[in-house]
Amino acid sequence: MTPTLSKEEILRYSRHLILPEVGMEGQLKLKAAKVLLIGTGGLGAPLGMYLAAAGIGRIGLVDFDVVDFSNLQRQVIHGTKDVGRKKLDSAADTMLDINPFLQIDKFDTALSSENALDIIKDYDYVIDGTDNFPTRYLVNDACVLLGKVNVYGSIFRFEGQSTVFGYPGGPCYRCLYPEPPPPGLVPSCAEGGVLGVLPGIIGVIQATECVKLILGKGEPLVGRLMLYDALNMKFRELKLRRNPECPLCGDNRTITKLIDYQQFCGIPQHQPELENTVNETEIDVVALKARIDKGDKFVFIDVREVHEYQIASIPGTKLMPLGDFPKHAAELNPDDEIIIHCKMGGRSGKACDFLRQNGFKKVLNVKGGILAWSQKVDPSVPQY
Amino acid sequence: MPKVHIPTPLRQYVNQQASVDAAGATVGEVLATLTSLHPELKKNIYNDEGKLRSFVNVYVNDEDIRYMSKDATPVKETDSITIVPSIAGGRA
Repeated sequence: MTPTLSKEEILRYSRHLILPEVGMEGQLKLKAAKVLLIGTGGLGAPLGMYLAAAGIGRIGLVDFDVVDFSNLQRQVIHGTKDVGRKKLDSAADTMLDINPFLQIDKFDTALSSENALDIIKDYDYVIDGTDNFPTRYLVNDACVLLGKVNVYGSIFRFEGQSTVFGYPGGPCYRCLYPEPPPPGLVPSCAEGGVLGVLPGIIGVIQATECVKLILGKGEPLVGRLMLYDALNMKFRELKLRRNPECPLCGDNRTITKLIDYQQFCGIPQHQPELENTVNETEIDVVALKARIDKGDKFVFIDVREVHEYQIASIPGTKLMPLGDFPKHAAELNPDDEIIIHCKMGGRSGKACDFLRQNGFKKVLNVKGGILAWSQKVDPSVPQY
Repeated sequence: MPKVHIPTPLRQYVNQQASVDAAGATVGEVLATLTSLHPELKKNIYNDEGKLRSFVNVYVNDEDIRYMSKDATPVKETDSITIVPSIAGGRA
């Protein structure tokens, strides 16, 4: 059945309808379009709101997370009243408030190799608003295997990247980056921070490209990687080619089905029973507190950045940011016992590894970092 | 001298500079100059075999050196070199 617009919809979309590039024909294309939005966080917020407003007929949302206070600095689709709710429900409410003519499909799950093809197959376009390498490779591979266009965006601190992958004849994510970085080398937004308005810019670029693709108007962001630097307010465009040697979309394809993306990204298989156990290279915050109270002697080091130390710190620590750690490590005595913490345990783990490689024997990583300390030992320490 | 643009994740290894001028007639030479000035940068863009890591792309102006002459790609004094590592943030 060919969709039509009601009187109410004609009024709602009037500023589109009077644009010759959209018009009734284009607006009906938007209404007939099915778009899958993976992630309803930083990028998903502007994407969801603008795509709903633009009159996309059906939008699928994939997310498994709940709204947290620390999301609100950038995830404008969620409000303070939504903290603790499923992001899916909160995002859908906002989108339906903007546009009740919209059909929303909710997928309350993490996208996985098992469900990705099934979820993606019913949509015309996929928008990648995820936040980790395994899911980005998964989205890319599933889209190429199904012949779907994937509108890509990613952000870090003050910088963003956007392009369109999987366009017929165009490159895919593996053409741009054949392999992901090893785990821990590139910090996540939770570790590295992100300027709150940054996902607004990148998400809106993705939304713009999606609308253009549906309308079939303009020059799509295919074969071009758009880089945005918010601090210097600069956009730069780099050429992006399909790699003839790409194992997924190249001339001799070796990847013909979805793989194990955690393994591909070098992430050890999740073992839930290890969550609450402490191995011999770690110390639990409660045990650490007991040792401090007992007056045990050890060197207690914080490897976070100065600005993080200013937000929250544990008394008795010596600040040695990880970037300069090798330099400062020369001041440490390999005979001393050394206990190291950071925000969540990732960076301090690297500092511990560095010391062990340099002959230190008694080195312990504080499991869960200062966040665990705040949760289990001293709630007056702010979480960030 | 060719200018090398440093992306945010790698600025911590170059005293937080957004770009660094580094001498050299090829991309390989410019990056060698750069990493000798800032040794911490080296292991973040090269692997143990001395090859560029596969999640780091290098562009001369807007061209990817993988499709030119890789490390041997010639650079002029006025060229700009951009290092673009993979980033993944967006949802959380």
